Amino acid sequence: MRKVVRGFYSIAYSVKLCRPNVIAAYPITPQTEIVENLASMYANGELGECEYVTAESEFGAASILVGASAAGARTFTATCSQGLILMSEVLINAAGMRLPIVLVNTNRALSAPLSIWNDHQDSMILRDAGLMQIHVESNQEAHDMVPVAFKVAENHKVMLPFMINMDGYKLTHAYEPIDLLDQETIDEFLPSYDPPVYMTTKNPLTFGSYAPPQYYAEFRVVMQNAMDRARKELENAYKEWAEITGRDWGGHVVAENVEDAELVAIAMGSLTGMVRDVVSELRTQGKKVGLLKIRTLRPFPIEEVRKALKNAEKILVFERAVSFGHEGPVGMEVKSACFGLTPEFYSFAVGLGGRDIPREEIVKIIGNVYEGKVEQGFHFGTVKPFEEVIV
Amino acid sequence: MVMKITLGGVSKPHSSKNMKTGDWGTEYPVVDEEKCTACKACEYLCPDACIVVVEKDDKKVAVPDYEYCKGCGVCFSVCPADAIRMELKEIYKLEVC
Repeated sequence: MRKVVRGFYSIAYSVKLCRPNVIAAYPITPQTEIVENLASMYANGELGECEYVTAESEFGAASILVGASAAGARTFTATCSQGLILMSEVLINAAGMRLPIVLVNTNRALSAPLSIWNDHQDSMILRDAGLMQIHVESNQEAHDMVPVAFKVAENHKVMLPFMINMDGYKLTHAYEPIDLLDQETIDEFLPSYDPPVYMTTKNPLTFGSYAPPQYYAEFRVVMQNAMDRARKELENAYKEWAEITGRDWGGHVVAENVEDAELVAIAMGSLTGMVRDVVSELRTQGKKVGLLKIRTLRPFPIEEVRKALKNAEKILVFERAVSFGHEGPVGMEVKSACFGLTPEFYSFAVGLGGRDIPREEIVKIIGNVYEGKVEQGFHFGTVKPFEEVIV
Repeated sequence: MVMKITLGGVSKPHSSKNMKTGDWGTEYPVVDEEKCTACKACEYLCPDACIVVVEKDDKKVAVPDYEYCKGCGVCFSVCPADAIRMELKEIYKLEVC
């Protein structure tokens, strides 16, 4: 059923079809309307066997889901930015407790200075937390990835939390014609959650119990092994999704025009569409440029990225975050995948704190790198002239 | 025997008893049984239930459980009879030149 809806609703409707048992949330812009939509559905009795809990904070929301998930419930929340950071202590525990909580992070900048606008600094902070992470380009892709997230998170070979990253405002607030799925399709794709272990009042258990030095390392080894298995399981879920719905979003990465490309531009999330558009135009002008869209950030698709970049002379990463004191995080990941290859490497942090990313900026950056007009390494995109002053 | 790594570090009730935390601390409480009035202030306030008042030689006194006591010193701080002192463990006593 195609309907013109906003990003919020595309997520909320998909969550509803996944038959969650517990949703706990705390409002934060630009996520709030996702859980407001779910709260309305709950109030209208549309969520079936589900408890909707309004938490006192994001820390509380995540903690409620840890308890619910440990009791065998299918759990969902949404947050972003400071809320995600406040959740982080709990989410890192959830990963170690192997609880398949699914959350949507509507990517937003971090304070300070305060910003409610879009970039990827929030989710990048949780890069090493043990959550699976994907980035979506459109609201249809966001809608489609919710059942995929539950399926892979709850897969007994995986059992890890799953975070879907969608760009705040750029996707959440945008109206888009969405093919809203039907219950039969989701029920066919996503079985009900079958927890391998869960606690009840009659069968109490400790989750994430204390592990002294002689035991701890092995628990982290099994998490790494689970992430390694998640590569395959996630890829299988992407494929199965494409077969069932006819919408093929690709695998962990989507490589376009990379075989003969001198320059491959790399992007994640909603920016990908514009980079694709610029790359297509440059192709018509005979310029050998390609596009690599990274969909899965964790587990990192190191082989797919390396394969897509093996012929490239120049790699250009569009970053939406900065690791202060080093460079952009996606560039670091990409370079680790290219170890031993010797392409020139460029990265540009664009659109920090929701700064507009005009098409001309993408054209200019790709053009300058293609023509060898910029130095290798990390750069910021367009920045206004400024001087640093005290008050 | 091969180590068993449970999913999510899940363990059954009471298994934490096997984890003796008594070697964590730097100091340990010593009860002066003459001064102890068995008021139970330490028993109520110990965060790890590691000190309890028991019958001992016809007198009630507080007895620390050194297998689990982490040496936080709460019992020492709250004792109204000044009957508990904290002593440095032997292994931490150094002769500094």
